[in-house]
Amino acid sequence: MMEWSEGSELEPQEYAIRRADLIRYAGASGDFNPIHWSDRVAMSVGLPGVIAHGMLTMALAGRAVSTWAGGSEAIREFGVRFTKPVIVPDNDEGTVLRVSGVVGQLRDDGTARIDITATNGDQKVLGAARALVRLPG
Amino acid sequence: MAVDAGLVGRTFPATAPYEVSRAKIDEFVAAIGDDAPSAAPPTFPTVVTFQAMQAFLADPGVGIELHRIVHGDQRFVHLRPLRPGDVVTTRLTVESIRAMGGADIIGTRSEIVDASGEPVCTAYATLFHRGEDTGT
Repeated sequence: MMEWSEGSELEPQEYAIRRADLIRYAGASGDFNPIHWSDRVAMSVGLPGVIAHGMLTMALAGRAVSTWAGGSEAIREFGVRFTKPVIVPDNDEGTVLRVSGVVGQLRDDGTARIDITATNGDQKVLGAARALVRLPG
Repeated sequence: MAVDAGLVGRTFPATAPYEVSRAKIDEFVAAIGDDAPSAAPPTFPTVVTFQAMQAFLADPGVGIELHRIVHGDQRFVHLRPLRPGDVVTTRLTVESIRAMGGADIIGTRSEIVDASGEPVCTAYATLFHRGEDTGT
């Protein structure tokens, strides 16, 4: 576990997202919106193709926060804005979500605010992504 | 059709009790590829809040058309993680509705409580309901 100080950068995490991951997330979450598994439906509403669930992108950002904070039970608050869709091609590689974080603030109550950046290619896909975590130790 | 601004402040009926299982947490963890979570992941409450949201969106009195909905933002405030054996219910309240550029922006708050009524997590979601034929 690294030492936490304001401005310190947390180790970036990279997660592959493939079509099969979308199917699995649909089942786990209960969100079966066809724009997350059918190109036909996605294109009919003006999307270039199947996109990841925003909540899957958020969950992966949360996975990064859990890694940084030493466990998900440390997370008090977690919020994001969905700014760009993550398009998931129908191939074996899928696409990659990169999640980086900076310690934005250390608070007197033993918590820290983490400012999160999530990118897919050169696009930021989440805005105002922040977590409040209980500091380790 | 615009969403009725009179919905602001309305709380919808609680969802049916849902029992959190180890299997469901493990399924969710596997779906997001978490390596070694020590508790339910921070977005796991979506499993129960999604049901409350679906019931709200499907309510004929609300006037929402599902294909016009876009999820704008999401936030969870955790009092404690959900644990296997928890039996929880969720109540969704419409916090705000405002019009912007032909769309309605709907702010919701979903409160998850355990079987003894103790709060576990509050989820805030903002939805964009696009107006007709604006192309936005």
